[in-house]
Amino acid sequence: MATVTLIEAVTMALAHEMARDERVIVLGEDVGVNGGVFRATAGLQQRFGAERVQDTPLAEAMIAGVSVGMAAQGMRPVAEIQFEGFVFPAVDQIVNHAARLRTRTRGRLHCPMVLRVPYGGGIHAPEHHSDSPEAMFAHMPGIRVVIPSSPARAYGLLLAAIRDPDPVIFFEPKRIYRLQKQDVPDTGEALPLDVCYTLREGDDVTVVTWGAMTYETLKAADQLAGEGVSCEVIDVATLSPLDAETIIESVEKTGRLVIVHEAPQSYGGGAEIAAVVAEHALYSLRTPIRRVAGYDTIMPLFRLESEYMPGVARVIEGIRETLED
Amino acid sequence: METIADFEIRHSQFLDPQGEPQDTLPAFAEDADTLQTMYASMLLARIFDTKAINLQRTGKLGTYASCLGHEASHVGIGAAMRPEDCLAPSYREYGAMLWRGVQMHEILLYWGGDERGSDFAGPRHDFPFCVPIATQCLHAAGAAMAYQLRGEPRCAVSINGDGGTSEGAFYEALNVAGAKKLPVVFMVINNKWAISVPLELQTASRTLAQKAVAAGIPGIQVDGNDVIAVRHWVERALERGRRGEGPTLIETLTYRLSDHTTADDASRYRAREEVEAARELEPLIRLRRYMETRGLWNDEREQACRAEAIEAVDLAVERYINTPRAPVTAMFDYLFAELPQGLAAQRELAVRRAGGGAH
Repeated sequence: MATVTLIEAVTMALAHEMARDERVIVLGEDVGVNGGVFRATAGLQQRFGAERVQDTPLAEAMIAGVSVGMAAQGMRPVAEIQFEGFVFPAVDQIVNHAARLRTRTRGRLHCPMVLRVPYGGGIHAPEHHSDSPEAMFAHMPGIRVVIPSSPARAYGLLLAAIRDPDPVIFFEPKRIYRLQKQDVPDTGEALPLDVCYTLREGDDVTVVTWGAMTYETLKAADQLAGEGVSCEVIDVATLSPLDAETIIESVEKTGRLVIVHEAPQSYGGGAEIAAVVAEHALYSLRTPIRRVAGYDTIMPLFRLESEYMPGVARVIEGIRETLED
Repeated sequence: METIADFEIRHSQFLDPQGEPQDTLPAFAEDADTLQTMYASMLLARIFDTKAINLQRTGKLGTYASCLGHEASHVGIGAAMRPEDCLAPSYREYGAMLWRGVQMHEILLYWGGDERGSDFAGPRHDFPFCVPIATQCLHAAGAAMAYQLRGEPRCAVSINGDGGTSEGAFYEALNVAGAKKLPVVFMVINNKWAISVPLELQTASRTLAQKAVAAGIPGIQVDGNDVIAVRHWVERALERGRRGEGPTLIETLTYRLSDHTTADDASRYRAREEVEAARELEPLIRLRRYMETRGLWNDEREQACRAEAIEAVDLAVERYINTPRAPVTAMFDYLFAELPQGLAAQRELAVRRAGGGAH
C-alpha cells in the first residue's frame, strides 16, 4: 500500500488512468520534462512518452480549446492550468464550449475533459497565485466542479473525473498538497462524484466545507469536541452539481449550519448552500445559518494572507457563535 | 545589420471575374461533372440563402447570417475535404456544410432556435456552428491533435472571418498547430467587413495570410470568389497535413454582399457603390461563363439546376416548418450524460409548467 500526499495521489491517479486507457492525454505548461511546477505529472512523460504527456505553448485558452477539440474527437484530455489565477483566459472555452457541447449538439458530440487547476492561498505564492474562484464555475451549467480534500479523495475523485463523459474542473487545494500522507492503494477504484462526504458525524452542528478548509474545520471540530460540542463535518467534494440531500439531512439532525470556505463570502459556494437549506430545512434550524469565509476583498499578497483566510480560530468562533445564538 | 527573416505572400487566382483562365487549371477542373457539381452547389447555397432571408423577413426564422458572395470560398472548402476530415465552421459556411452532408432543414432548425439543427445526420464528427469568434480554431487544432495521436490520416479545417484574425484564440491556434505540426488548415474568409468594421480598422497587416508567418507556418492568399482556386489550395493544404507536414493558413479574398445578419443594416456603414462594384466580382458568374464558353453549361442547364435547387430548398423548408418544438425536457436531458439528482426536481417542474401551458 502506498503512503502518499495529496499531490502524489493525483500523480498516481493520472498514471493509473493513462495505463488503463490510451485515450487519456495529459497536457499543459511544463507538465512534461519538468513534471509540472507542483510535480503533479512527475515521471509521466518518461513513462508514457512525449505524445501522451504534452508540453504546450503558454496559452491557457489554447490549452482548454484544444482539449475541447480532442475530447470531441474521442480522446480524454486531462489538462493542467498552472495556477487558478491563469484560468480566466480559458473561461471562454470552458463556458461557451466544454460546458455546452453536448447540449448544443443534442448529444452528437460531448466533451470528456478534465481541467486540473491548483487553487487557493496559504503557500506564500506571488500575486495571482492564491485565489479561490470555484463558485464562478459552479454557477455555470454543464460542468462539474470537483474539489478533493485528502489524498484518498484526490485519487478516487480524479479517476472518476477522467472517466466521466462530461467536463470536470478539478480544483486542487495547493495548500494541502503535501500536508498529510495517507495510505491510498492504487486499485483504480474511483469515488462517486456528485456526492458529499461526511468526514465526521456529530449532533450539535453541521459544518460544511471543501478543499483545504476541511483541514482547519476538522481541527476545529476536534478542539470543540474537548468542550463537549459534537460537530458533523461534511466535505462537499463536488461543488456542482451539489448533493443538497446529504447537507439537508444533516441539518435536520443537528438543527445548525455553518459553512466554511476560503473564497470571498458574497456569492460564494456558501451562499448557495445556505439558500438550499433555507428552502428545504428552514424549520429544522434552531439558529441562523452562519458563514465563515474569506473577506470580500482582493486576495492579499502573502504577508496578509493568513489574515484573509479563515484559520482554525475563526472556524471555532463561527461554530461557537452559532451554538450560542 | 542583416536581414535574418523575410517573407512573401503569394496570391492565386485561376479564373478572373470574367471567367478567363489566368493560369493552367488544376486537374480536377478538367472534369466537366466536377465543375458542374461545384456550380450547382454554389447555386443551391445562394437559393437556400435567399429563401432563409425571406423566412426571417416573414417571421418564420430567427436572426440569420447570410452567405451571399461567399459561395466559392465555402463550396471550395467542402469540395476539397474528405468525409473523414473534420470541419469546425463559424456560422455562415453553408456551402461547405451542405457539401459535407449537413441538411438544409438542419441549418434552418438551428437559426429557427432549435438545438436539433446541430445534431447533423452527417457528418457526425464535425463541429457545430460556432458563434464566439475564432474559438473554433482551437477545436480544429485539438481535433488535429487527436488524429495525430492516433496516427489517422485525417485533417481538421476551421473557418473564420477577417474579424476573427484579431482574436487571441486565432493566434493561439496557429501557434500551437505550428509548434506541434498539426494536420489542420485554418481558413480565413476575408469578406472585408466584420459587421461594421472594415478590414483597415481591423489590422495594419497588408494581408491576413501573413498572420501565418509569426506562427512559422505557410500562408497563402487566394481569390475567394474563384472556387477552383479555393478548392485547389485547400486540397494542397490537406495533402500536406495528411503527409505530416503540418498546418496551413489560407486567406480567401471575397466580399460580404449581404448585411452581416438579418438583424443588421449594412447601408448604415458602407457605400452602395462599393457593394455594387463587389457584385461584379461575385463567384457564380465567372464559373458559369467559363463553363458556357466550353459548352459545359447553358440556359437550359441553368434553369434545370435552379428548378432542382428550389424544389430541394422548398422541401427543406417544409420539413423545418413541420418539425414540432422539442419537449421541454430536452433542456435537461443533454446537459450531462446522466441527469444529476439535484436537477430532477427542476426537470419535473419544467414539465409540469409546460404541460400547464403557462410557460
